[in-house]
Amino acid sequence: MSRIEQKFAQLNEQGKKALIPYITGGDPKPEYSVELMHALVAAGADMIELGMPFSDPMADGPVIQKACERALAAGTTLNKVLAMVETFRQTDTDTPVVLMGYLNPIEYMGYQNFATAAKKAGVDGVLTVDLPPEEADELVAVLKAEAIDTIFLIAPTTTALRAAKIANHASGYLYYVSIKGVTGSAALDTEAVAEKVAELQALTSVPVAVGFGIRDGASAAAISKVSDGVIVGSVLVNKIAELSEQPEKIAPALTEVLKEMRSAMDA
Amino acid sequence: MTKANTYADLMQLPDDKGHFGPYGGRFVSETLSYALEELEATYKKLSADPAFQAEFDKDLAHYVGRPSPLYHAERWSRILGGAQIYLKREDLNHTGAHKINNTIGQALLAKYTGKPRVIAETGAGQHGVATATVAARLGLECVVYMGADDVKRQSLNVYRMKLLGATVVPVESGSRTLKDAMNEALRDWVTNVDSTFYIIGTAAGPHPYPMLVRDFNAVSGREAREQSLKQIGRLPDALVACVGGGSNAIGLFYPFLQDSDVQMYGVEAGGDGVETGRHAAPLCAGKPGVLHGNRTYLMQSEDGQIIETHSVSAGLDYPGVGPEHSYLKDIGRVNYVAANDTEVLSAFRELTRTEGIMPALESSHALAYGRKLAQSMRPDQHIIINLSGRGDKDILTVAGIDGITV
Repeated sequence: MSRIEQKFAQLNEQGKKALIPYITGGDPKPEYSVELMHALVAAGADMIELGMPFSDPMADGPVIQKACERALAAGTTLNKVLAMVETFRQTDTDTPVVLMGYLNPIEYMGYQNFATAAKKAGVDGVLTVDLPPEEADELVAVLKAEAIDTIFLIAPTTTALRAAKIANHASGYLYYVSIKGVTGSAALDTEAVAEKVAELQALTSVPVAVGFGIRDGASAAAISKVSDGVIVGSVLVNKIAELSEQPEKIAPALTEVLKEMRSAMDA
Repeated sequence: MTKANTYADLMQLPDDKGHFGPYGGRFVSETLSYALEELEATYKKLSADPAFQAEFDKDLAHYVGRPSPLYHAERWSRILGGAQIYLKREDLNHTGAHKINNTIGQALLAKYTGKPRVIAETGAGQHGVATATVAARLGLECVVYMGADDVKRQSLNVYRMKLLGATVVPVESGSRTLKDAMNEALRDWVTNVDSTFYIIGTAAGPHPYPMLVRDFNAVSGREAREQSLKQIGRLPDALVACVGGGSNAIGLFYPFLQDSDVQMYGVEAGGDGVETGRHAAPLCAGKPGVLHGNRTYLMQSEDGQIIETHSVSAGLDYPGVGPEHSYLKDIGRVNYVAANDTEVLSAFRELTRTEGIMPALESSHALAYGRKLAQSMRPDQHIIINLSGRGDKDILTVAGIDGITV
């Protein structure tokens, strides 16, 4: 059983839902990331999505675009992101880590090189935003051989037929994108999300987590009631942006946001 | 497989997943997959529909002003003393470049799908102008994304778009050029996918765009082939076109791909010189990767990050290239070369002074290489250079280089 499966099973027993924060690896500087990851876990995170920064993050809004720019300007590379996971694993062997980003840096490194390095670092899952299942066979196979889960997106525009195909490819969890738009967009329709997530849960035994548009305790609690987990990114990355010149204040600020969500979800 | 068979197979590409060999495909976030499947189905249906083709042909004749002439540049050919140079005059199209061929086609698709809003990315502004033009004609709302740096260096085209009723959005992220404009257009499309048709301006992007942009531009290659047979009495010895994303080049090349005696040259932007690293020549000096929905040659760092490009022409200032060109490079059907900024400006001035034709800086890349190629050939040989656009938009840029304030 993979670390991600174990975590969802454990939460299920406790009657809890997964809280999955996203931060961009290397934002604002590579040397802070591991400490921030530990702080997220201490504040109640069940898993972590760690962004692999990319120069052209087409599916992201301005908040995560700027995070990528900060991380790259500070010298972050894919190898450094993998090293962050390896360091994190030295003291945390329980919390799953999913790398999230775009395909090109992985292509450049080579699928097998990436999979080997990710396995060695202790990565549990990989989500490449611009790799739909039609193009994913090779990467899925290589990652599977290293027992790394491949997480796929499902969007409001995904047809039922397509969703079934994607669910077949997916392992770890399915990431339901709650709105048509980029990361950090507003206005979340909980009822529409609930309906779609229920359809997906009927299709597959893989847990369904929901992201895009979750910004506070109330929205996290509402979405966690109708899904297996909530993913929260832009609101955290915004805090990092505000405090990038006072890095010692970042961990407490992220802790505050996450604790509010955790207690609202568990209430 | 014999050479002839290989070349005949080229006419069948892309395959049904949008692949040209290992290139192309559809690398997009899930929200756009449905829109692209829908576009593919619409295009498949309409491209086989004689009524749609008739409407497209009628617009090309009566609105764009096709066919465009194949002009024998006799004086320039004589001065150079080599092959006879013929110019395919896409600069004489309505709006002044080849870009209108594709926007007419895609706007017709937009009309058939009933979407009230179109968006576009633009570099030099020619595609933005062509999109704003067809949007005005069809009464569609139009938003054009343009890198903030390009907004400055192509201010005339920005104002043209505004006069046509389009909203021009300057893009401040990244390198503030064409690639960033395309990122922003994709973000808009993801957000407004129900109401919006994305008119991509070059033969790149996710499937089916590289195919349909090629098909809409191939009218220039078909005309050039017929005109060549009629005016010269045979096919040309060589074709030359500039390559940024590569839409004018693939439009000219595609109808000649099976003609194995016709040599083809795609000319990339050499900027300060390919050896300096400051250029926009992914086919000459890049490596394959994935950007903007397709796998293709890219300008990228050792960490797989897209790097900044440099070119005097905003329209070629792009780190990628259409996937079909990547495949044509690998199999050796087309030779990809580069012309640097100095050679390009020299060719711009030379054509203006010897033939009274002011070319776009983009097209001047093809002229700069075509000039050298002609000089290496005999006077009884013939080359066709795609004069993809006119140079009026570049007057302020050239004046600036000359130190003159107009």
